[in-house]
Amino acid sequence: MTGRERRALRRDTALVERLRAGDRAAFSAVVTDYSPMMRHVARGYVASAAAADDVVQEAWLTVIRSLETFEGRSALRTWIVGIVVNIARRRGAKDARTVPWSAVAADGGGTVDPTRFQGGDAPNPGAWTSIGAPSPWAPERRALDAEALRLLRTALTTLPESQRLVVTLRDVDGLTGEEVCAALGLTAGNQRILLHRGRARLRQELEDYYRGNEVKR
Amino acid sequence: MTDDEELRCRQVVELVTDYLEGALDPELTARFRAHLRGCPHCTEYLDQVRRTIRTLGHVPVDALPPETMAGLLAEFGNLRPEQPTPRRSLFRRG
Repeated sequence: MTGRERRALRRDTALVERLRAGDRAAFSAVVTDYSPMMRHVARGYVASAAAADDVVQEAWLTVIRSLETFEGRSALRTWIVGIVVNIARRRGAKDARTVPWSAVAADGGGTVDPTRFQGGDAPNPGAWTSIGAPSPWAPERRALDAEALRLLRTALTTLPESQRLVVTLRDVDGLTGEEVCAALGLTAGNQRILLHRGRARLRQELEDYYRGNEVKR
Repeated sequence: MTDDEELRCRQVVELVTDYLEGALDPELTARFRAHLRGCPHCTEYLDQVRRTIRTLGHVPVDALPPETMAGLLAEFGNLRPEQPTPRRSLFRRG
């Protein structure tokens, strides 16, 4: 365990003590912090946003009742993810809901348009063509580009569901790879494949956006 | 023309996630880095993926409906009535 992980566990233990003692502000903060992530986990199992909200609500009630069983051996977040999965799985079985995880293996194509690379007859096959090579984006500003955020938010909804779930949990909610594998019942390899395809698509969306801006200038 | 040991850009872009996840073996990691040193385009590509990830970390997410939040807080108050623990909290918060 790294020092950082130990510190995080100490923070979690202190937080759980406050929750056990009925600290409403602490509860409100932790619900605000984790509920969006829990909702995303639930969407891996249940068919609608409303059903996911029900799962999140039930999960919090379970958390409130089960605080004494939290032993501080894993992160609080990981523990909560496990509770959400148990409830969502039961609920999802009723909904007969399935995310098409089987599509993971089927699509073996590249994530970058193949015409951006030199072909077999070119002097340097497999290297970027001069037109295809990625050009630098507008510099990153300290104040985040609201337009880029809106664009990514929309683009996420257009990803295949399995990619959207993985990218959202990893990059928006900040779960670790192991947590996402546990949350969605994925192998480490499939988690990486879905993350890779999803991120590549979103990078392309941002590239189109930054290129579009250059043309306008 | 490069020899067979050298990675092509087209392969490098497909290894980016495994590289960032630390899932490449040491030998492939070394080849990946060697390619980046000689290839500004793939370096740019990797930077763009990193920037995409950073930006995703700021994408706004929907909060719980206020009535759900209120219901949970009420239930929390019922199940976990506030306990007066002044002595212990002195040590913990100090």
